[in-house]
Amino acid sequence: MTRKQRRLTMIGGSLAVLAVAAALVLNAMRDSIVFFSTPAMVAEKHVPAGKRFRLGGLVQPGSLVRGDNLAVTFSVADDNAALPVSYKGILPDLFREGQGVVAEGALDSSGIFKADTVLAKHDETYMPKEVADALKKQGHWKDDYGAKSGVTQGASQAKQGVLQ
Amino acid sequence: MIAETGHYALVLALALALIQSTLPILGARWHDPALMNVARSTALAQLLFVAVSFVALVTLHVTSDFSVVNVFENSHSLKPLIYKITGVWGNHEGSMLLWVSILALFGGLVAAFGNNLPLSLRAHVLAVQAWIASAFYLFILITSNPFLRIDNPPIEGRDLNPVLQDIGLAVHPPMLYLGYVGFSISFSFAVAALLEGRIDAAWARWVRPWTLVAWIFLTLGIAMGSYWAYYELGWGGWWFWDPVENASLMPWLAGTALLHSAVVMEKRNALKVWTILLAILTFSLSLLGTFLVRSGVLTSVHAFATDPTRGVFILLILCIFIGGSLTLYAWRASALKQGGLFAPISREGALVLNNLFLTTACATVFIGTLYPLALEVLTGDKISVGAPFFNLTFAPLFLPLMIAVPFGPLLAWKRGDLLGAAQRLIAAGIAALVAIAVLWAWTRGGSAFAPLAIGLAVFVIAGALSDLAERTGLFRMPFAIAMRRARGLPRSTWGTMFAHAGVGVALIGIVCETTWNSEYIGSMKPDDVAKIAGYELKLDGVTQRQGPNFREMLAQFSVTLDGKPLSAMTPSKRNFTTRGSSTTEAALLTRGASQLYISLGDTTADGAIAVRIYHKPLVLLIWWGPVLMAFGGMLSLSDRRLRVGAPKPAKALRGLQAAE
Repeated sequence: MTRKQRRLTMIGGSLAVLAVAAALVLNAMRDSIVFFSTPAMVAEKHVPAGKRFRLGGLVQPGSLVRGDNLAVTFSVADDNAALPVSYKGILPDLFREGQGVVAEGALDSSGIFKADTVLAKHDETYMPKEVADALKKQGHWKDDYGAKSGVTQGASQAKQGVLQ
Repeated sequence: MIAETGHYALVLALALALIQSTLPILGARWHDPALMNVARSTALAQLLFVAVSFVALVTLHVTSDFSVVNVFENSHSLKPLIYKITGVWGNHEGSMLLWVSILALFGGLVAAFGNNLPLSLRAHVLAVQAWIASAFYLFILITSNPFLRIDNPPIEGRDLNPVLQDIGLAVHPPMLYLGYVGFSISFSFAVAALLEGRIDAAWARWVRPWTLVAWIFLTLGIAMGSYWAYYELGWGGWWFWDPVENASLMPWLAGTALLHSAVVMEKRNALKVWTILLAILTFSLSLLGTFLVRSGVLTSVHAFATDPTRGVFILLILCIFIGGSLTLYAWRASALKQGGLFAPISREGALVLNNLFLTTACATVFIGTLYPLALEVLTGDKISVGAPFFNLTFAPLFLPLMIAVPFGPLLAWKRGDLLGAAQRLIAAGIAALVAIAVLWAWTRGGSAFAPLAIGLAVFVIAGALSDLAERTGLFRMPFAIAMRRARGLPRSTWGTMFAHAGVGVALIGIVCETTWNSEYIGSMKPDDVAKIAGYELKLDGVTQRQGPNFREMLAQFSVTLDGKPLSAMTPSKRNFTTRGSSTTEAALLTRGASQLYISLGDTTADGAIAVRIYHKPLVLLIWWGPVLMAFGGMLSLSDRRLRVGAPKPAKALRGLQAAE
C-alpha cells in the first residue's frame, strides 16, 4: 500500500465509525428522550395517555395517601395546577409533603399520572424554613444563604453531592 | 487567625503562580537557565503555601470554628472526627481548594522529579501548570473563598449533608481529583511541546507515566464512586448515566485513548499530532467536568443564570484554556514532523482503532450529557437523557472495541498478521463459544443477549491470558522454561494482561447484574419472611439506637439458605436532627462475588416497614474489573523502562536549548 492508500483507509474507517455513531445517536434521540413538564404545562397542552414524561413540582401538603402494599398517591402542584400521581414502591428519603419532587411515568386514561420512578429534589445546603427564620431573628442571616437554600433545585442535586 | 493565615497563604500561592507563569517562558526565550530554573523553586513553594492553606481549612473544620462560613454551613460539633476532616471537601469551596492542592502537588512532583527533563521543556511545562493554577486560585479567591468569616459567630453549625457522612467521601473525591487534575500534566506537556515546536519519542516516555498515574486514580475514583452510590443511595443501582457521572467518564475514555496512543508514539514515533490533541482534549474534558459539577448548570440552567458569578468564571476558564490550547494546536501542530509509517493491520492500526472507538464513545456521552443543556438554553424545553439513550449509543460502540481488544497485543508493530493473531486466539474463541453454549442451555428461554455478552467477556479475558501464554511459550515449552520467561517478561506486558482482563471481568459483572438481578419489594412486619433467589430473609425485629449526631432505626434480618442459617443483616435508617433529613444505610451480605442487599423505606402506622431486597449475582465483578485495570496500570508504571529507562538526553539537548 502506498502512503496515500493507507491514509485513505484510515480516513475511510474513521468516517465509517463516525457515521455509525451518528446514526445511533439520532436513532436514540428519537426514541429514548423524556421531556419534563410541570402540572401547569400538562393542563395547558394535551399530553396523550401512555406518553412518558417527567413531572416536576411540589408535593401538595395533605395529599399523600398510603394504600396497601406500598401503593401511594399524592398530588404534584405548581402555582396554577395540580396533578394526581400514583406510585407503588418505596419513596426516597428526601420525599416530603411541601417539597420538590420529580416523577417519571405516563398519564393513564383517567388522567392520573402513573409514576414508576420518584426522585426527590434536594439541595446539599437546603435549610428548613424554621431554621432560616431563627437565623434571621438572631441577626446571622446573610442574603446569600437564601440564594443557596431554595427548594427549586434539580433532582440530580442530592446525587451531585454524592458524586462530586 | 488560622482562617486569615490560610487565606493569606492562598494569595501568596497566586503570586507565586503568576511569577511561575511568566518568568520561565521568558527564560526559555532568552536562553537564561537561571530564569528557567525559577519554575522549579516557585512550583515547590506554591505546593508549600497551598498545603498551608489546605491544612488551615482542615484545622478550622476539626476545631469546629463556626465563625467561618464554610465550617458553619458544613460542619457540626458532634460530627465524628473523620467526617469533620472529609467534610472539608464535601462542599463547593473546600472541594475547589482540594482541586488546586492536587494541582500544586502534581506541579511540585514535576519540579522535584523532573531533573532529567530538558531545562526548557521543564520550564514550559511548569509555566503552563502555573497558568491553570493562577486561573483557579483567582476563581477561589474571587468567587469561592472558604475562609470568609461571619460577624456574629453562631454556636452550632448546620452539619454536613448526611448522605456525605460516609467513608466514601474520604476516598472518592480525592481519588477522582488526583485523576482529573493529573491529566493537567499531560496537557501541560502537550502545550509545552507546541510552544517549543518539538516533540520526540522521549517526550512520550515522560508523558506516559504521568498519564498512567492520573488514569489509575481516575479508574479507582470512578469505581469507588460507583460502589459508594450503590450502597449509600439505597437504590441498588451502580451507574445512573447522571451528568455528574458522565463528567468523570468522559475524561476517563479520552485518557484511556491517550494512554494507548502514547504507546504508539513512544514505540514507533507515530501519531504525534493525534497524541497531542488527545492530551489537550482529555484535560479539557476534565475542566468541562469541573464546570458541569461546580457551576450549578446541571441543577438548572435558570439557577445558573440567576447566580452566575461562579458558573461564568469557570466557563471563562474553560473557554480560555480549551480555546487557547486548540488555537495553539491548529497553529503549531503542522510544525511537528510526522513519522513512523504503518499498515492498517498492525499493532499501531489496532491502537488507532482503539482510539477511534474510545473517542467516538466519548463523543456520544458528550452529546447525551450536553444536548439537554443546549436544548434548554435554545428552546426552553426540558428533557432528560437517561440510560436508554446510552444503552442505544454507547454500548454498540463498545462491543466492537471489546472484540478487537485481544487482537491488539498479538499483532506485530508496523505490519501485522491478522490470520496469525486469529489462529493464536482459537483457544480463547473456543472458551467463549463454550461459555455461550453453556449459558444458553442453562438460561433456556432467556434473552440471547446475556450469553453472547458474557461470551465476549470470556473472549477478552481468555485472549489476555493467551497473549501471555504465547509470550511465555506455556504449553509449548517445558514448564520451567515458561516460568523463567514469565519472570523475564516486561512488567508492562503483565500490566496490559491485567488491564485487558479487567475489562472482561467488569463486563461479566455488568451483564450478570443487569440480567439476573432479582428484587423483592414489600412491607414486612416482625417474623415475616421474604424469599429471594433461594434465600429466606426473616425480619426478627426493629430496634432504635442513638448515634453521635443521628438517631437510627435498625431492622434485624436473619438469612437462611436451604434451611441452614447463614448470617444476620441489619439495614438501618438514620435521622439527622440538625438538617431534619434521613439516610438509608443498606445492609450487604457478600457471597462470593454476589451480594444480598436490603434497604429500608418508611414505617407505616400499623408497625410494618417497607423493605427493598435485591439479590445481585456477581455484582462485585463490576468493581473488581476496574481494580484489576488499575493494578495493571500500576504494574506498567513500575516497569523498568518507565521507571529508570527514560534515557538521559544527549548533552547537546540539555542545558541551554533554543525554544524553537
